[in-house]
Amino acid sequence: MAPEEIAEILKDTFGASITDTEFESAHPRVVVAADAWPEVAAFLRDDDRLQLNFLRSISAVDYLEDDKFAAVYDLASYRPGKTDSDAWALTNAVAVQVWTDRNDPHIPSVAHVWRAADWHEREAYDLMGVIFDNHPDSVEGLNGFHPRRILCPDDWEGHPLQKDYAFPMEYHGIPAVTELNQTRPIH
Amino acid sequence: MADVILESQPDINADLSSDQIQQQDLQTEEMLVNMGPQHPATHGVLRVVLRTDGEMVLEAVPHIGYLHRCAEKIGETVAPYQYIPYTDRMDYLAGMNNNLAFAQAVEKLTGLESEITERTKLIRIVFAELNRIASHLVSFGTYGLDLGAFTPFLYAFREREYILDLFESACGARLTYSYITVGGVTDDLPERFVDITREFLDYFEPKVHEYNLLLSHNHIFIKRTANVGVITAQEALDYGLSGPVLRGSGVNFDLRKQPGSGYEEFDFNVPVGQGEKGTVGDCWDRYIVRVSEMLESVKIIRQALDKLDGTEGQETLHKKGKTLKLPADEIYYEIENPRGQLGFFVRGNGSAIPDRVKARGPSFCNLCVTEKVCEDVLLGDVAAIIGSIDVVMGEVDR
Repeated sequence: MAPEEIAEILKDTFGASITDTEFESAHPRVVVAADAWPEVAAFLRDDDRLQLNFLRSISAVDYLEDDKFAAVYDLASYRPGKTDSDAWALTNAVAVQVWTDRNDPHIPSVAHVWRAADWHEREAYDLMGVIFDNHPDSVEGLNGFHPRRILCPDDWEGHPLQKDYAFPMEYHGIPAVTELNQTRPIH
Repeated sequence: MADVILESQPDINADLSSDQIQQQDLQTEEMLVNMGPQHPATHGVLRVVLRTDGEMVLEAVPHIGYLHRCAEKIGETVAPYQYIPYTDRMDYLAGMNNNLAFAQAVEKLTGLESEITERTKLIRIVFAELNRIASHLVSFGTYGLDLGAFTPFLYAFREREYILDLFESACGARLTYSYITVGGVTDDLPERFVDITREFLDYFEPKVHEYNLLLSHNHIFIKRTANVGVITAQEALDYGLSGPVLRGSGVNFDLRKQPGSGYEEFDFNVPVGQGEKGTVGDCWDRYIVRVSEMLESVKIIRQALDKLDGTEGQETLHKKGKTLKLPADEIYYEIENPRGQLGFFVRGNGSAIPDRVKARGPSFCNLCVTEKVCEDVLLGDVAAIIGSIDVVMGEVDR
């Protein structure tokens, strides 16, 4: 099924929650409002026509000029062949983009829909700072609950992939690089 | 302190059945055991915190990030052509495949894809499949090593050496190749490469049979792996597993069989876990999928080498590769790596340097199932399970 048809089905079902579509791209995608996202996600997975049962990746992107973050979910449907020996086919593939405000980045978690989202969301929080609400592996921080960090240490400050990220001068007494292309500070 | 000890003692005055008393006697205290980050069976710096009750593992929580090198942040500071060497260092056992995934993603995004010559495509397939064999050989060898079989490792490395020699003859490197690059491959094949590769394949094919005799059908090996760490097909899809881990669970899915993969004209099978020695989706199934895949790769390389005849003289490196400007658009592109589906998300902004590069590493995604599979298993099985998932930490942590 082409992404356009998937978008039509979603628009019929969810109406205004599907805020935009982008097909003139190498990465055709449907834009979904953040509050409706878990509901849409469950529909995408369970609907007989779509059956998007495989979450390939979550890519968080920083749009500094627009003051927004985007989380892009790449979904696919793996379906068995007619007999057991037939190859499974990748029938539908679509990307869903969810926008969130850069100053208060909250997107509901979909880890209960696709278990694969668990680690992807932890990574997106760790490196980009997008907070996925109701994540199954949440810890309490200064501004409420957020997913547990995964790649950086638990006490790391900031989110390295943000465009305005300031590299720390040191970490636990270990001198670090202060800026890109700059050598270590002299001690 | 004395109170604490008394509390854990069975109360002899309580009215308990003999079964309950026996259970209390047998119960030991739960203990947290750190497996890793420096542990020979974790294939790198993976730390798994095990909550154990005697010999039973009640919970296993993987902790990753010890090898995090900000590969994605670096991607936002260099041109795609310069980023290729960084992809080598993600899954360092399958450098060629990583190069290929990123190069193809960028080529698709910029439209350079249509200008890639037939010869380039074939060379890429030959190297991707040779690297698949080399990668599976390491996986096969170290898996035996994890379970106490030392010899297969030496056999595997002997054969892998021939492949590394082939790679060295083509690009000068033995591990971090950067051979496949944006716009083609850095150099045409060296003299006699095709003949030497054919010789290697003739030599290698019977060796797989030896491996089967040596390890696959070894009684002790089967006892350690069959019916251990079963992942059902449903779970595998839900957790986003891919590659031999997904196929070991009986899901016959391989990106190389999908339209547009570049493998349409090649005749090969996709090995799938059958539950031959135990249950579908156990450690042995995942292991045997890798061993069988090596033979399928041999088939593909043979066909690709045949097709290479008659393409001599075609250009193998497009000039535009080094001076590409990325459009203000994005792409997500996946290929089938030895460990699963490696995806790259690339977003350009009109300049030569991308806005965002994200790698979806198959090892990263496959590792997330550990917590689920390592519930209520024996301590010794944890090494068998993690080995069968076959992670490369360079890619998990990026």
